[in-house]
Amino acid sequence: MLDSRLFHFIKKEFIQLLRDPRMLFIALMAPVIQLIVFGYIASTDINHISTVILDEDKSYYSRNYLQSYKNSGYFDFNYYVARPQQIADLIDSGRAKLGLRIAVNFGRKIVRGDTASVQAVIDGSNSSTAAIIQGYINQINFGQVEILLRKKIEKAGSSARNLEPIMVNSRIWYNPELKSLYYMVPAIFAQILMIISMLLTSTAIIKEKERGTMEMLAVTPLKSYELILGKLLPFVIIALFDIVLVLLIATLWFNVWIKGSVFDLFYMGVIFMLTGLGLGIFISTISQTQRQAMMTVIFIILPQIIISGFIFPIANMPKIIQLITYLIPLRYFLEIVRNIFLKGVGINYLWYSVWPMVVFGVVILSLSIIRFRKKID
Amino acid sequence: MIRRLWPIIRKEFLHLLRDPRSLLLMFLLPVFMLILFGYAVSFDVKNIPLAVYDQDNSTASRAFIERFTRNGYFNLVEKMRSDNDIPDRLDSGKARVILNIPDDFSKRLQAQETAKIQILVDGSDPNWASSALAYINSILQTYQQDRIRAVFIKRGSLLTLPIDLITRIWYNETLRSLNFFIPGLICVILMQMSATLTSLTIVSEKEQGTMEALVVSPIRKNELMLGKVLPYVIIAFLDVILVTGIGVFWFGVPFKGSVVFLLFSSFVFLLGAMSIGVLVSTNARSSQEAIQVALLTTMLPAILLSGFVFPIENMPLILQAITYVLPARYFLTILRGIFLKGIGLAYLWPEFSALLILSFLILFASVRRFKKRIE
Repeated sequence: MLDSRLFHFIKKEFIQLLRDPRMLFIALMAPVIQLIVFGYIASTDINHISTVILDEDKSYYSRNYLQSYKNSGYFDFNYYVARPQQIADLIDSGRAKLGLRIAVNFGRKIVRGDTASVQAVIDGSNSSTAAIIQGYINQINFGQVEILLRKKIEKAGSSARNLEPIMVNSRIWYNPELKSLYYMVPAIFAQILMIISMLLTSTAIIKEKERGTMEMLAVTPLKSYELILGKLLPFVIIALFDIVLVLLIATLWFNVWIKGSVFDLFYMGVIFMLTGLGLGIFISTISQTQRQAMMTVIFIILPQIIISGFIFPIANMPKIIQLITYLIPLRYFLEIVRNIFLKGVGINYLWYSVWPMVVFGVVILSLSIIRFRKKID
Repeated sequence: MIRRLWPIIRKEFLHLLRDPRSLLLMFLLPVFMLILFGYAVSFDVKNIPLAVYDQDNSTASRAFIERFTRNGYFNLVEKMRSDNDIPDRLDSGKARVILNIPDDFSKRLQAQETAKIQILVDGSDPNWASSALAYINSILQTYQQDRIRAVFIKRGSLLTLPIDLITRIWYNETLRSLNFFIPGLICVILMQMSATLTSLTIVSEKEQGTMEALVVSPIRKNELMLGKVLPYVIIAFLDVILVTGIGVFWFGVPFKGSVVFLLFSSFVFLLGAMSIGVLVSTNARSSQEAIQVALLTTMLPAILLSGFVFPIENMPLILQAITYVLPARYFLTILRGIFLKGIGLAYLWPEFSALLILSFLILFASVRRFKKRIE
């Protein structure tokens, strides 16, 4: 084995890779940088909401009411203004995301037992942030309503216990702090495997073509499967190394621990790579230049990322697109990895995602190799 | 200058025309991406699979459950018979929210005591879970208010709520996430186009040995750079028009601002974005390296740090500081301002001037870094 042709060929490929240490370094560091940036920015809690206040009442009650918003910790009271137009200006320019306007007579109406009114204006351009802000202000407002009602009832001399008809104990499973990293680390895994296996392999093969060294390899006694294996193996190793690196940073730096088995994760990763490598070889057979290959890779990877559930939940998509996702190997891989990662379930729970992935991998890889062999001959 | 610039531009165009597949992809890719995004992407969480373990099974508990299902946010998938099933439903993903109502629910409501219920939420997708929680909270709050009101009416007194909060949402009244994403997507698509288009220009001349020919030609450095950037700026500029058209006419994204301002700021942005690609290309030793660095320096910031998905004001300060040197950050604010708010230079001049300065700095840097000699 050690002095076989294959071994020497692989050795040559490695030497070639090591001669380009910058490329190697970038291949290893790109996912790490991505993970770190992601770890810091991706939080679902919205706070520091820049708020503009127009308090026309300036009474004890209005200040008290506004204080409850401030105490919640979600809002930064950055601007106090005197005219409604100023609220519009600040929101238009994007300096404030929320405007609160308390009308005159706010305090007097509360004392009289009338309904006092408050106006809130939310910048809805970011729909998901706006929905969350809306949730916050409803909650805070309801808290204030409850306090005032309780006072009113106690003043009237009756008991106030029925002001809380139901009490809810809500619990979040799997990821109680709603850390986005738990969701994204698996996705970054998948992305590393795809980009390295497709982009790096296809461009590496085309490079030989562009330089004209492919003919040289074709006339050596190397069998074509040896040629392919030798070309692919270094990248498989880089990818696996990357995964270890990402896993280490996720656990040691961000304290995101994998709940299932690391071993399961690895061999699922290898199975998933079959598809990527197959597609990489396929792209190399249909592209003439590295730029063509790169654009084709992006053309193949992007839709997968968009509709595989990578960021956007599949359940929200239209039925027809949901059906298409069954043709995308990445979908199965994400499902498997997220389940291993977050829920800690074993492969026995996941066989329905495992077998399509295996089938896709084997079929795509074999078809590509057949095509590649034809091209070489 | 034009006389010497023109042949370079022509040469780059000829390269492109000889590679019709790449050219086709340059137009197909953005359109394809936009359409996929338009149909597939939605942060509007709906039809959340809900399983209920209703131990009370009374009129009151059923009315309570109905609150969840009636406006399309939740979809009742199962009425469970035993609480042993609860872990399995969440593990298998059949249900993502579980409502557990104890058997004394209606009895306690009747007695005007506090009834307790339990809600379990699958938190594996945090974005999704926080929207689901927001819905749950607002459903619970209206329920509380309605119950309190009912109790008061029963006692014969009419309840006036002490405070009435009127909320209005501006710019995107229906909170449609597409309206938010499509303007941002234009920025991401352009960034990605520039990474793929220009990152290979210089390095592939080096690899193919045609650099020598350029070096001995009388062309100046800045002319060469401009000549390399302009053809791609023009192509990407056509992409802007294409993508905006599809976004507005096909997906019905509002366009409230000025077309001229959109085109003008796109041009400035493209000049900067393409120059990043050229800058990467001059520094790269191999095209593989160039591709990777380009993806890392353009795609990553454009998607993660520009505010495309994650609001900048929630980031840690150090990352917020980094965003100030990203052209994408300013361009994104401008795009959203034009599309959704209909504001112009009067409000957006700080972003626009920052974009202008950055773009020219990057273009200048790419000229400076390029050494017109053979190493």
